[in-house]
Amino acid sequence: MTETVDGPAPLLELRGITKRFPGVVANDGVDLAVRPGEIHALLGENGAGKSTLVKILYGVLRPDAGEIRIDGRPVAVTGPHHARRLGIGMVFQHFTLFEALSVAENVALGLDRWPERRTLRARLAALAERYGLDLDLAREVHDLSAGERQRIEILRCLLQEPRLLVLDEPTSVLTPQEADRLFVTLRRLAAEGRGILYISHRLEEVVELCDRATVLRAGRVVATVDPRRETPATLARLMVGREVREPVRHHPDLAGAPVRLAARGLGLPPDRPHAVPLVDIRFELRAGEILGIAGVAGNGQRELVEALAGERPLPAAEMLELDGRPVGRVGPAGRRRLGLAVLPEERLGHAAVAELDLVDNALLTAWPQPDLVRYGTVRRRLVAAFAAGVVERFRVRTPGLRVPAAALSGGNLQRFVVGREIAQRPRVLVVDQPTWGVDAAAAAAVHRALVALAEEGAAVLLISRDLDEILRFCDRVAVLYRGRLSPPVPVGEVTLERLGLLMGGAGFAGRGTVVAS
Amino acid sequence: MSRLVVERRPRPSRWLSWAAPPLALLATLLAGALLFGLSGHDPLAALRAWFVSPLASLYGLGELGVKATPLVLVGTGLALGFRAGVWNIGAEGQLTVGAIAAGLVALATWGTEGAWIFPAMLAAGVLGGMAWAAVPAELRVRLGVNEILVSLMLVYVADLLLKALVFGPLKDPEGYGFPQSRLFDTPALAPILVPGTRLHLGALLALAAVLLAWAFTARTLGGFAWRVQGLAPRAARYAGFAEGRIVRLSFAVSGGLAGLAGALEVAGPIGQLLPSVSPGYGFTAIIVAFLGRLHPAGVLVAALVVALAYIGGENAQIEAGLPEAVTGVFQGLLLFFLLAAEFLVHYRIRRRGPAAAPRTSASSAETAA
Repeated sequence: MTETVDGPAPLLELRGITKRFPGVVANDGVDLAVRPGEIHALLGENGAGKSTLVKILYGVLRPDAGEIRIDGRPVAVTGPHHARRLGIGMVFQHFTLFEALSVAENVALGLDRWPERRTLRARLAALAERYGLDLDLAREVHDLSAGERQRIEILRCLLQEPRLLVLDEPTSVLTPQEADRLFVTLRRLAAEGRGILYISHRLEEVVELCDRATVLRAGRVVATVDPRRETPATLARLMVGREVREPVRHHPDLAGAPVRLAARGLGLPPDRPHAVPLVDIRFELRAGEILGIAGVAGNGQRELVEALAGERPLPAAEMLELDGRPVGRVGPAGRRRLGLAVLPEERLGHAAVAELDLVDNALLTAWPQPDLVRYGTVRRRLVAAFAAGVVERFRVRTPGLRVPAAALSGGNLQRFVVGREIAQRPRVLVVDQPTWGVDAAAAAAVHRALVALAEEGAAVLLISRDLDEILRFCDRVAVLYRGRLSPPVPVGEVTLERLGLLMGGAGFAGRGTVVAS
Repeated sequence: MSRLVVERRPRPSRWLSWAAPPLALLATLLAGALLFGLSGHDPLAALRAWFVSPLASLYGLGELGVKATPLVLVGTGLALGFRAGVWNIGAEGQLTVGAIAAGLVALATWGTEGAWIFPAMLAAGVLGGMAWAAVPAELRVRLGVNEILVSLMLVYVADLLLKALVFGPLKDPEGYGFPQSRLFDTPALAPILVPGTRLHLGALLALAAVLLAWAFTARTLGGFAWRVQGLAPRAARYAGFAEGRIVRLSFAVSGGLAGLAGALEVAGPIGQLLPSVSPGYGFTAIIVAFLGRLHPAGVLVAALVVALAYIGGENAQIEAGLPEAVTGVFQGLLLFFLLAAEFLVHYRIRRRGPAAAPRTSASSAETAA
């Protein structure tokens, strides 16, 4: 599998990079070389050591051992400034932009030295033109799409004339069309002889885009391969180290199934600046159905989850019906008692409390269940038994029930919180981004649990940015765009392209459509 | 060219979290001995006057209890609130209003008999403290006003209210014009627990408050909800714990306990209303709450330590002739070492090689993933 290094001398070379943290070796003798003109993928599951490696490269962390060479010369990167001077540019997954400033102002603020205002505009316009980064420099960031925001970050990076560009999960916030445009830009950059280090867990993209791939597992390089000769499945096996069995969803006939959860013109005004208002959301979720809600991040997913969970009461009770009963004014505990369970995206700080142990985190949503609390006192033994049951049934790997939630890996904590909700036998389960940032085995476990729950007759609403996940497990799909929901359609009747257009806003009435084409 | 860096421990050091308070005390004693020696006093005599003689007599132990009682009462209430992320900084004002309310009952019933008078004073004190605390609570819940500022500013309002009363309508008609109320009548005084001391019923109430707070925190759904609210407000909302209710209740509890402490002060050691009824118990109790790690039992211990530091300081001035400034420095040292030890439970200091990284050392543990 391992390829020999040939062709031009590497632009960047990492040799034997090792980094230890208390209790874990994040990078263990990692070798990696990026040649000029190459798009090089860095693959690995969450926790495999990708982020650590990138932080070392950018000078944010210091390796315990090993060497970084740029153009064959060893360098000690002392920090992000130094990294930029060495020609390393970084585009982060989370954008660091000021919402209330314009594109040009944001770029100017991000530079190490205060630029000449007038020439900056011209330079930006030229760069944008050259690499096909369509942007209106005068517009304020808060009304830009995620794809446009990412272009700002890339522009900012390109101004420094980097020779090596590092992109961390760049397509996680993009529609498929926006992702295709990004690939055009990246190929153009590579054609000029720049090196690109591309971090992603979307294997289809890697196969399509990258020239070489280095696969990390548990901090070590397990393979360096030519992704064009691989398939997503073979790459996945390299990453995970074994076969991961995902469940198969057989779409049931839902014609006669009762409607469990119905949104009837659900609307909610924003409660803070730059929040997304929910506008006239309508869907009917039937028993046994898995309904997917696709959409680019930040289009109202968080607000929808809060509205469905009852964290924010709706303006009218009739906006949300549970088994035919209006519940818009019912609080979170009341909705849970009626059989509606909701699991938000953010695990720590929302779905679970980092500092509390697993028993307390079980109590967090299970307390409205009968028996667990009597006369205001918590029956710890029953709660502990409940938590132990969740750990066992959903194979949560943990040293015990008394460890804080923060001590669990993302995948194990997700198994726990998903299990916590399912163990309460909900009639409707709403999950937001349930496999984001979890390892492949845990993701498959979550999928299995959701499919099984639907097969038992519960209704599942799966909110996800991962189209692959939605198309595989959902019976129908709708798209959330700027707080509006498209009418749900059976997954058999949509194409990826159509979904991508919807995610970009095409077809939503009354809105300035930001179509990426 | 190595340098020292401070970094967060992956998890708090277990042995240090137990050993920190005694270690801090030991360091304080050593530093104090040095301080006393440098200022020309016999270190041993000074330390004895500070830590031994106040505890050597029944009366001295009683004084420790008298001093610790308001600290325990107020500190317990504050600790509960702080755990819920509710920052009541104005316990001093709630204590003052509690004292006023209890004093009004005492003065209104002056010259009459009745076993109900003392309990009525306590009830008035609790209600007074709650009412004063309700202002910041309502403002935060309804309008989102920062409770730290409001509760703190109300301290000065309460102080002026008390002064206005004792300089005016409540002034003792036979008091030669001094700004103080009548001495309370016997039914309005707190029963003494141990003859020969000033230790009063309030000490038992303080212990009861500790036990109740403990039970609330460890056993009830309410205590759990408060903790979640303090640790992760979004998770609390998701779990269905109403923030407004938690804020209101926690102000009611901490304000009520502060008011109770105020009532007990005027019904106990003071016995009348004076222009000032507290040497800052409401503020010291904030320190007590944090020294006690916001745990009821910890608050009890911390209150005793702080009470001893203050009583010992007065005693050292009298017995060993230490100047007030030196005792003040010593009290500061005690707090300094306690907080430093607490810091080292969570952080460690390490030597780094010459290629020291300029940043993110504090967060490096979290970035391992």
